Amino acid sequence: MEITQEQRDELRRQGILLTKLEDLYNWGRSNSIWPLQFGLACCAIEMIAASMARFDIARFGSEVFRPSPRQADLIIVSGTVTKKMAPQVVRLWNQMPEPKYCIAMGACAISGGPFKQGYNVLKGIDRYIPVDVYIPGCPPRPEALLHGLMQLQEKIRGQKLTGPDAPAHLQAGRPCEYPVPEFGGEDLEPPKNPGLWQPPAVTRPQKG
Amino acid sequence: METAEQIYDRLRARFPGAAIAVVPNPAPAAQHSLALEPARAREIALWLRDDPELKLDYCSNVTGVDWPDREVVETTSATVPDPAGGPARTIEQKTKRIQPGCLEVVYHLYSMALRCGPVIVRLRTANRTDRVTLPSLTPVWRSCEFQEREIYDLFGVVFEGHPDLRRILMWDEFKGHPMRKDYTEPDDYEWEPTPHDKVLAKAKKHYPPEPAAPGGAAEAAKP
Amino acid sequence: MIPAPADSLFPTPGTRVRPVHDEFHGDLLEVSMGPHHPSTHGVFRMMVTLDGETVVRLKPVFGYLHRNHEKLGEGTTYLGSMPYTDRLDYLCSMTNNWAYALAVEKLAGQAVPERAEYLRVILAELTRLLNHTCLAGFLLQDCGASGTPLMYAFREREKILDLFESLSGSRMMCNYQRFGGCRVDPPPVWLEAAGRLVDGYNAFLDEYEALLTGNEILMARTQGVGRLSADLAVSAGITGPMLRAAGVAYDLRKVDAYGIYPRFDFRVPLGDHGDTYDRYMIRVLEMRESIQILQKALREIPAGPVMDPKAKLRGFRPKPGEAYGRIEGPKGEIGFYLISDGGPNPYRYRVRAPSFVNLTILEDLCLGHTVADAVIILGSIDIVLGEVDR
Repeated sequence: MEITQEQRDELRRQGILLTKLEDLYNWGRSNSIWPLQFGLACCAIEMIAASMARFDIARFGSEVFRPSPRQADLIIVSGTVTKKMAPQVVRLWNQMPEPKYCIAMGACAISGGPFKQGYNVLKGIDRYIPVDVYIPGCPPRPEALLHGLMQLQEKIRGQKLTGPDAPAHLQAGRPCEYPVPEFGGEDLEPPKNPGLWQPPAVTRPQKG
Repeated sequence: METAEQIYDRLRARFPGAAIAVVPNPAPAAQHSLALEPARAREIALWLRDDPELKLDYCSNVTGVDWPDREVVETTSATVPDPAGGPARTIEQKTKRIQPGCLEVVYHLYSMALRCGPVIVRLRTANRTDRVTLPSLTPVWRSCEFQEREIYDLFGVVFEGHPDLRRILMWDEFKGHPMRKDYTEPDDYEWEPTPHDKVLAKAKKHYPPEPAAPGGAAEAAKP
Repeated sequence: MIPAPADSLFPTPGTRVRPVHDEFHGDLLEVSMGPHHPSTHGVFRMMVTLDGETVVRLKPVFGYLHRNHEKLGEGTTYLGSMPYTDRLDYLCSMTNNWAYALAVEKLAGQAVPERAEYLRVILAELTRLLNHTCLAGFLLQDCGASGTPLMYAFREREKILDLFESLSGSRMMCNYQRFGGCRVDPPPVWLEAAGRLVDGYNAFLDEYEALLTGNEILMARTQGVGRLSADLAVSAGITGPMLRAAGVAYDLRKVDAYGIYPRFDFRVPLGDHGDTYDRYMIRVLEMRESIQILQKALREIPAGPVMDPKAKLRGFRPKPGEAYGRIEGPKGEIGFYLISDGGPNPYRYRVRAPSFVNLTILEDLCLGHTVADAVIILGSIDIVLGEVDR
C-alpha cells in the first residue's frame, strides 16, 4: 500500500503525522550528533570558532562537545595526526560506541597536508580508521566545517535500516574496533591498516 | 657590551690552556661566536654567568647542527729535476681525504640583568659516530634542560650531567636521529597524487613495473 | 586557608614534596593526563604522580604534534618556509611571520621601509590583543567557567580575524610578512576599520574585566597558585608575560628595541607575586598598553611602499653566515636561528619557541598543589602545541 505525498500532507493538516521508522530514526540521529572534544592542531581552533557564537554549531544539534569518547558519536579529527598520536586516535575510535562517524577536517587529517614529507607525520587518518566526510582546507573555514557536518547529516538521513546498505552498527559481523598500531623502531607497525586503506592503483596510459 | 674578541681575550687570561677560538660570522648581523673546548666548557659557562661585567644569566636558545663528513681535495705540487739536465718538471698530485664531521651545539646567551647580548658559544663533538658526548650546561642554565633533550633526541649528542636525558619529541622506542643529514625517512610514499622532484623519485618505487611490450625496443629505437 | 603545623605530613602549597610510603599513606597514584584531555590546550600529556589529590611528581610528555618543521625548513627555500611559520603558534601567525622575516633580514642585511614597520607593529599588537583575550577565555574555561568568557573572547577574535582576512586573504594562516616588508598594502578603508575596532576595544575590556577581574571564584582559585620566583624564571629562560608576572622587567620591545618600537611610549606591567592571578592580570594590563600603541600607530602611519624595492624575492640566496633574530611575541620570545651556506635553502633552520622553554618549570610550579590547580597552572603558562613540538 503506497501512500502519496498529497495524502501525507492531507493527514498532516488533520494533525496526523505519518512517517517511516527509518526516517524517524535517522532524523533523530542526524539532528543530534555529539562530537568528541578532540582537537589536534590549527584546525582545532577553527573547530572551536565553529562552536562559538558567530558560526554556532549548536543549531545543527552539536551543542555539547563531549569530553569522553564513550558519550560521543562523531570524532572530528582536526589537525595533523602524527605517528606518535595515531595509536591514541585509534584507541579513542575504538572506545566510541556505535553508531559512530568520523570527519577528517583539514588537509593534514586527509593526507598529511603540508607536513607530508615527515618522519613523524601520518599521511591521513584514513589509514587506520574509516572516514565518512573529508573537509579540505588549511584550515577550512568554520563554514566549511558546518558544510561538512551537513553532508554527514545527509549521509545519515540516507542510511537504510535493513539490507546491505545498512549502517555499520546494524550489520552483524562488521568490526567496530580496529587494531591499534604499535611503536616500532622506524615507523608504526603496521604502517597502515591493509583492510581499510589500499593505495589506489596507478594505471599507465596505453601507448600507440 | 663587549665584543666576541674582547670576551675571548678575557677568557684566555682567565682560563689559560683551554682551547677557545673565535668563529667569525660573515653575515651582516656580525654575530660572532666562541668555540669552546668541551672538557672545560662547564666552568667557562659558570664564569660567563657569574662574571660581573657579563652576567649572562639567560640562555635563550640551544641549537644542534650536524656537519657531516666532507671530502676535501688537496693538491700538492712537487718539483722533479730532469735527469737529462733539462728544466725541472712540476708534478701535481691531488689527494682526497675525508674531513671528519662533527655535531655542534650552539648556545645563545643573553643578560637580563645588564640588558645585553647575544654572546654565542659553540661546543663541538669529536666525531659523529662514537665520540658524541658533551657536557650538559643544564646545571648552569635551567633553560637548557628541554632543549638539550631535544638535541639528544634529534641529533644524538649525549649530554653528560643532564638530570633527565631521554627522548622528548619522538617516541621512546624510536631508533635513529632524524635531524641528521644522512637520515632516511620511512617509505610511505605509496600514494602521491601530485608528485614531483624528489617525491616523484620516491613514489616511482611503488609504481607497477613497465609492461614489456613486443614492439617496445623498436619504439625506443625510433628517432 | 588553614596553615598546616610545621611537622605536618601534608605539604603546604609551593613546597617540594618527598613521597612517603607507609601503611597510612598507601600507594601513590600515577595518572596520565592527556594527550586527549579537554583541558590540556592541545595534545599534551602530563604523567602526574598523586598522593591523594596532591601532586608529588609531574613529568610532561609531548611530541604528539612534532611535524618536523625544522627538517622541512632545510628542504624548502627561505620564502617557502614562511607559510610554515604560520603554523607554529597557530593563534598568532602574524608575529611568527615577523620573527622569521626579522631573522632573514638580519642574515641578508635587508632594510625595511617605514610604512611596513608601522604595519608590522599594528598587526603584532592586534595579534597580542587576540592572544591575550583568548587566553583569558581558555584560562577561565579551565577554572570551570565552561565557555562563557570564551564566547566573549571569540566574539572579539572574530572581529580581528575579519581584519586579517581582508588584508592577507586568510583568517589564521596569514603568510603576510616578506623579507623586506609586507606582501600587500592595505587600503585606507582597512586602516579606518582597524581604528574603529581598536577604539571600541577598551569598552570590551571594561566589560570583560567587570566579569572576571574582581570575580571571587577566579581570585580564590588563582591567587597563591603556581608561584614562580624571579631567579628560577631567569635561569629557566622564561620569557613573556610569565616572566614579567614574576617581577623581572624584560620585554624585548624595550630591550632589543627592534623595528620602530622606540617611538612608542608604553609601560611594561610587572607582577609582585608570580602566581596565576598575576599572570592573568599582566595580560589584561598588556592589552591596555597594546591599545595605546595601536592608536598611536594608526594615527601616524606614513604613506610609502610596503616592500623595499631592492628586495630580492626570486632567487633569494643570502651569503654564507648565520643570524639569530627574535621578537616579543604574545607568549614570549620567539626567535629564529638560521645558518646559510649560500644556497637557496637554509643549512640549519631552528625555531626558538617560547612555549617549549616556558614548560621547563611546569613541574616546579605544580608540586604541592592539587590536580585541579595543575590544570590552571598549565593554562596560565599559555602553551600552544604547534610551537612546543614544531
